[in-house]
Amino acid sequence: MTSLSQQETFDCRKIFAETLIELARQDERIVAVCNDSVGSSNLNDFKKEFSDRLINVGIAEQNMIGVAAGLANSGFIPFVSCAGPFLSGRALEQVKADVAYNMYPIILCAQSPGMSYGELGPTHHSIEDFSWIRALTDITLLSPADPKQTKDAILWAVRANKPVYMRINRFKIPQTTPNNAPFEVGKALVLKEGKDVTLITTGILVPRALEAAVLLEQQGISARVLNMHTINPLDKKAILAAASQTRGIVTMEEAITTGGLGAAVAEVVVEHHPTKMRILGVSHFAPTGSASFLLDHFGLSVENIVKSACELAR
Amino acid sequence: MAKVQEVLNNNDKDRLLKLSQIASEIRVDIVNTIAAAKMGHIGGDFSVTDILVSLFFGVMNYKSQDPNWADRDRFILSKGHCAAALYSVMAKAGYFKHEQLGEFMKPLSFLGGHPNRRKLAGIEANTGPLGHGLPIGVGCAIGAKLAKKSYRTFVILGDGELQEGSNWEAAMYAGHRKLGNLMAIVDRNRLQQGAGTEDTNSLDPLADKWRAFGWDTYELNGHCFEELLKVMEAPSTGKPKVIIANTIKGKGVSFIENRVEWHHKVPSAEQNIQAIKELTHS
Repeated sequence: MTSLSQQETFDCRKIFAETLIELARQDERIVAVCNDSVGSSNLNDFKKEFSDRLINVGIAEQNMIGVAAGLANSGFIPFVSCAGPFLSGRALEQVKADVAYNMYPIILCAQSPGMSYGELGPTHHSIEDFSWIRALTDITLLSPADPKQTKDAILWAVRANKPVYMRINRFKIPQTTPNNAPFEVGKALVLKEGKDVTLITTGILVPRALEAAVLLEQQGISARVLNMHTINPLDKKAILAAASQTRGIVTMEEAITTGGLGAAVAEVVVEHHPTKMRILGVSHFAPTGSASFLLDHFGLSVENIVKSACELAR
Repeated sequence: MAKVQEVLNNNDKDRLLKLSQIASEIRVDIVNTIAAAKMGHIGGDFSVTDILVSLFFGVMNYKSQDPNWADRDRFILSKGHCAAALYSVMAKAGYFKHEQLGEFMKPLSFLGGHPNRRKLAGIEANTGPLGHGLPIGVGCAIGAKLAKKSYRTFVILGDGELQEGSNWEAAMYAGHRKLGNLMAIVDRNRLQQGAGTEDTNSLDPLADKWRAFGWDTYELNGHCFEELLKVMEAPSTGKPKVIIANTIKGKGVSFIENRVEWHHKVPSAEQNIQAIKELTHS
């Protein structure tokens, strides 16, 4: 078997742009709304084909979200495409009031989320989005792991008729989702069965969790791996199954740990089936470094995932 | 300008008188609604009343019995705290029954302290935090153009609200896109919650600011139906239009007018009687 680290890797922005164009050809209601991010959102081809349906408001994120709400009011399905930190952070009150509270069918596409702008520093990292958007319970919060899930998430969102927030990863990753795996919103994808410990992961950390599971197997520890691609609504059933059937849960996310995926899992576990947990993620503003360096720095390396799992499985 | 004159000639006395009567009834409804709920924003409600009445009973196309009619003109009350005024107008326009105004701010009511489209059909946007209405209105106006529809979008803004930067993001973009199907009306009562706008963070020269952002800009008496209709009904020049409507906060009741403390003060039983007396005898 080829190790995941040797497989071809992908940037999800390409499939995002291609899928959007496919959809726009079929449905005149599809519009793209962005903040001077035509290039970084990979929307140049969309612009060529649908120049009037690309609404570029310039560098003005609050207005961008409001304009999307107005377009939704007029019967359009806006895909708002914007670098993660400015989409969730700069316009958070608009996301709350104009999108979530109005319950408009707007798809918020957080480009280059997490720490993918590594060296540019914390101002350009979007690690708080899980916590912030999860608090807006009317927004479905998706964190696809690879291009296949990104495409599936977009195809689901366009028909959902409600607010959706999704990460569009820039960090290159291999495909980990089997070609025949359905994308079921609110239902974790079981990538590997296991009976000793459960690794609950999401987004670009899915390959690292799978690699850790292989190493754990070599040490005689059977690790279950769940790709929790939907952060809200959370798959409580899968979490409780993990809590009751394995000896502990390690969560890992490219996000701040206060209020993110690990916290969400802990809320479920602590109330219904207390078990041991390790919550791996970003703990504070990052120092300078590449995305990959920063993941390791914050304990999201394969080695540390293995170490954390071993502590629980013992 | 000839076209403006034509419109003006159509504004016969009967029409203006009717609007004036409606406005008087609306103000009575507002004061009763707020007195019953013991909550509300009476000062701003009264300053914006005549603007709302002009739009709902003079200018806008809508079907209150079919509130989601696709071709309706869009209306957004960006100063959402003046919900009592909007509800009073919507009740009179037939969106819901007049007696339901008594539900205002009651537990689980569909008439909350700020408008909610998930509870009341006809509300286009849930406002309350300031600076949200104009960006949404810009989106509606772009949407109408993209869909090749002829409906127009109207947004009422508070003047204090213009201290929120998001309004200027939206104003800049509306000017850039030449959204001639968009109209903003600023309720220029010159008072915000705690003091005068010019004492807090001055807005003047307000008309110059809008003009610089590419808007057709008008200043008028926001309690004069003739002026309001004349400008609201004047054909678009292809630019977004803004009306700076000079108003009096608390307009219509002597002891409320122009007093900063009446931003959200609630009238006592005696004051309620006095207010209704003034509103019905003027």
